Amino acid sequence: MINIPSTIKISLRALRVNKMRSALTMLGIIIGVGAVITMLAVGTGARQRISEQIASMGSNLLIVLPGASTTGGARMGAGSQMTLSTSDAEAIQRECPAVLYVAPVLGGVAQVVYGNQNWSTSVTGTTPAMLVVRDWALSEGRPFAEEDVRSASKVCLLGQTVVDNLFGNIYPIGQVIRIIKVPFTVIGVLDGKGQSPNGQDQDDTIYIPVTTAQKKIFGTTFPGMVRVIMVKAKGAEELSQAQKQITELLRQRHRIGQKQDDDFTVRNLTQMMQAAEQSARIMALLLGSIAGVSLLVGGIGIMNIMLVSVTERTREIGIRMAVGAKTWDIRLQFLIEALILSLIGGGVGILIGVSGSQVLSNIAGWPTIVSLYSILLAFSFSGVVGIFFGFYPAMKASLLDPIEALRYE
Amino acid sequence: MPLIEINDISKIYRLGDIDVNALNSVSITIDKGEFVAIMGQSGSGKSTFMNILGCLDKPTSGRYSLEGVDVAGLTRDELAAIRNKKIGFVFQGFNLLSRTSAIENVELPMLYNGLPARDRKERAATALDKVSLSGRENHHPNQLSGGQQQRVAIARALVNEAPIILADEPTGNLDTKTSAEIMELFVKLNEESNITVILVTHEHDIAAYSKRVIRFLDGRVLSDGPTIKL
Repeated sequence: MINIPSTIKISLRALRVNKMRSALTMLGIIIGVGAVITMLAVGTGARQRISEQIASMGSNLLIVLPGASTTGGARMGAGSQMTLSTSDAEAIQRECPAVLYVAPVLGGVAQVVYGNQNWSTSVTGTTPAMLVVRDWALSEGRPFAEEDVRSASKVCLLGQTVVDNLFGNIYPIGQVIRIIKVPFTVIGVLDGKGQSPNGQDQDDTIYIPVTTAQKKIFGTTFPGMVRVIMVKAKGAEELSQAQKQITELLRQRHRIGQKQDDDFTVRNLTQMMQAAEQSARIMALLLGSIAGVSLLVGGIGIMNIMLVSVTERTREIGIRMAVGAKTWDIRLQFLIEALILSLIGGGVGILIGVSGSQVLSNIAGWPTIVSLYSILLAFSFSGVVGIFFGFYPAMKASLLDPIEALRYE
Repeated sequence: MPLIEINDISKIYRLGDIDVNALNSVSITIDKGEFVAIMGQSGSGKSTFMNILGCLDKPTSGRYSLEGVDVAGLTRDELAAIRNKKIGFVFQGFNLLSRTSAIENVELPMLYNGLPARDRKERAATALDKVSLSGRENHHPNQLSGGQQQRVAIARALVNEAPIILADEPTGNLDTKTSAEIMELFVKLNEESNITVILVTHEHDIAAYSKRVIRFLDGRVLSDGPTIKL
């Protein structure tokens, strides 16, 4: 019959007797667990930030760019040739079943003026569908309607940064601003979105109806020209299907022959984000394996100390055997000792890992998230290390010959 | 039924290529309530005999039955259980756990037979009282004199109400006066509680406290008879 509570008491006493040694033995586990927690926190934080950025870009997003133009043999890069139009956008909306919403974009950088304030910002001509495509809500006012697009109204929605720079504390709705000398009425303010994945301020923008942009601000080389078409697919699974449908439709509309290259590009932003997420994951994995190695070293440290402890306490083991301790009584005593060492080490390591993550996010500004899952993982892993590396010393102790052990000096 | 019935046991150790006959067909019967001294020079086989008697070692051949149970065929853990319930050990070097209080040392055998903590404390305190050490429950071995340490060891041997106490040179580390006190304690336990005491010694004045003396020489029983009081 094995008496667990008193075995735990015995083990705790043995550890208390050699406080310094116990603490040093735990150090390996402390560092290992601390590293595991910190690394997982960094990894989870990075992943979370990336998925937030994906969400801020708009989910299930495809971007159709005009193709590369070739001028005298020099290719000018994607988007250099204007091949897309508002009617392409309408056709995609109409004919591609995997597509949910389509928003054509014609924009550029322009100087805007309100009173004695002025600001240079990106002005985007688009349709009401844009807000849905980019999952973007308004914090004030109303969005512009299809009617505003048809009649090329001079109305605009302002990003948070533009509002801050032009209006300060003035309520912007109903005010009139000038975009390249054309007066626009502010009808809405967009929610703050923060930085885009490549560090641009997404709030530094103005939305106006696409027709207004074409006719009154930027002008077009052919009627209905747009720079980009933003597309929201019906779901994550439909992304590649939508991509294929758009490609087929546009090749047909642009009358591109079998052997000719596309004069447009369809980009999948989610894919790009996923690649970034993948690299964050690899980073976390790499750091995690370093943590794993230090846990292993910590475990070997525990085994080492436990072996020393078994030798030192040979006589004690003999006494216990003489008064009736069975094989498993002795084995459990040393196993529990190793387990307590590693679990206390794990506990301290968790504290250090959590505070280390805090320090990292405060000082280095990395986003870190300590999840309950990572704490449980690290704690149970330290337990496994304790049992694994405690087992051999415990075996050794339990198989001592009681007569020899009693005689041991 | 005799308490201990040893029938023709031998113990052979292999030391390199040489076989050492530590015990050579020894037969001894001990009844409940006896007080036996086992004497002999070093190398006479008395320690081997004590180890077998105490179920710490197994004979190479022969039968050893303790309260009618044949011990020779038992496993390591079964022997541990027998030691726990039937035998109390008292050693020359006391063999107490250091840095552990007297009462916890006495509780030790009860840790291995599943007694609840409250009963353990109570029985350990009673046992310490029996060896006149009440009031020193929380002293550690290094705060106790040799005689007191040996009393703690005796209390530990008593605490599971084992019918047998095996004492291996219990007074070897004690001065004459303390030795006499310890021996009187054994006599008292033997007479009042009917505990069988088996004692290994090479001192005649210690053996004189017993009622029966068995002498060993070269692995055999040389003589076995009542103690001759001088």
